[in-house]
Amino acid sequence: MLTHVDGNALAGPLSEIFRGDMTMAAGECRHCHDTTVLARAKVEMDDAGFAVRCCECAHVLFTVVRTAERTWIDLQGIVGLEFPPDA
Amino acid sequence: MGTVTAVHTETPTGRSITISVPGWPGNVAGQHVDVRLSAPDGYQAVRSYSIASADSSETVQLAVDRLPDGEVSPYLVDELRPGDELEFRGPLGGWFVWRPTQTEPVQLIGGGSGIVPLVAMIRSHAASGSTARFKLLYSVRTAADAFFVDELAALEGENLEITWVYTRVAPEGWPTPAGRVNTEILRAATIPATDAPAVFVCGPTGFVESVANSLVELGHEPGRVKTERFGGA
Repeated sequence: MLTHVDGNALAGPLSEIFRGDMTMAAGECRHCHDTTVLARAKVEMDDAGFAVRCCECAHVLFTVVRTAERTWIDLQGIVGLEFPPDA
Repeated sequence: MGTVTAVHTETPTGRSITISVPGWPGNVAGQHVDVRLSAPDGYQAVRSYSIASADSSETVQLAVDRLPDGEVSPYLVDELRPGDELEFRGPLGGWFVWRPTQTEPVQLIGGGSGIVPLVAMIRSHAASGSTARFKLLYSVRTAADAFFVDELAALEGENLEITWVYTRVAPEGWPTPAGRVNTEILRAATIPATDAPAVFVCGPTGFVESVANSLVELGHEPGRVKTERFGGA
């Protein structure tokens, strides 16, 4: 079942992949160039993974898909990530 | 991993769960945990739940509403017993949080079990002796659907104003008819944008989106309106 949540919910799943609290990292959208913390993104989540959308233009920033064999991260919609110094 | 020490019925479909977690590092008000349930066949389901507690003890309190087609919440609300172990990770999230060092006015807006992280903020506010202005707007279907009613009533006062909105059935003699939170209610019952409050909105996705849009219409900066949607309609 697909659930619509905020980027806040990424804190746990992204901690399996990255170090620190990724929800406080600011992502720049490749489409509209809005740059804001991932906590504000719109997230569609189910047990297979999630799609993270820009909170301004709704384009997909990145997706994470998990299978028994691997985790795949597609980063095509995001220019970069900016971390606060204490992250 | 924690051990359930108490469960308490809050509403016809929801309850609070107190868990003893040795080594719990403490949490900031507004953070959540990810609870993981594992079936005997290896199937696992993970869901996020806000933490209602915000103190330095090794006890964590959650409050959960049963979703009709949920995979995890029916177990937490109907099956879990004191003595049971619960697997979770946290505390998680650094965005939807309130710290006692913040001095600006705070507007909290909760729908149903969306009150949970807001109650943590209210508890943290009271426990720290903060004099920051706190205002809560709590939207529930009926009076029976409200979580933490007695505690909210006890904390209501000079430092915490509370506005109740009933969306299905209002209590007898209530001055306004039942109805959803809209721009007019928000204009009348919340801290105005000109006072630059920090705003926290938590509830079902539809509720949060409608409230957040109205707040922006009322002049609040989108970046100051922090939201936590927990899925559903």
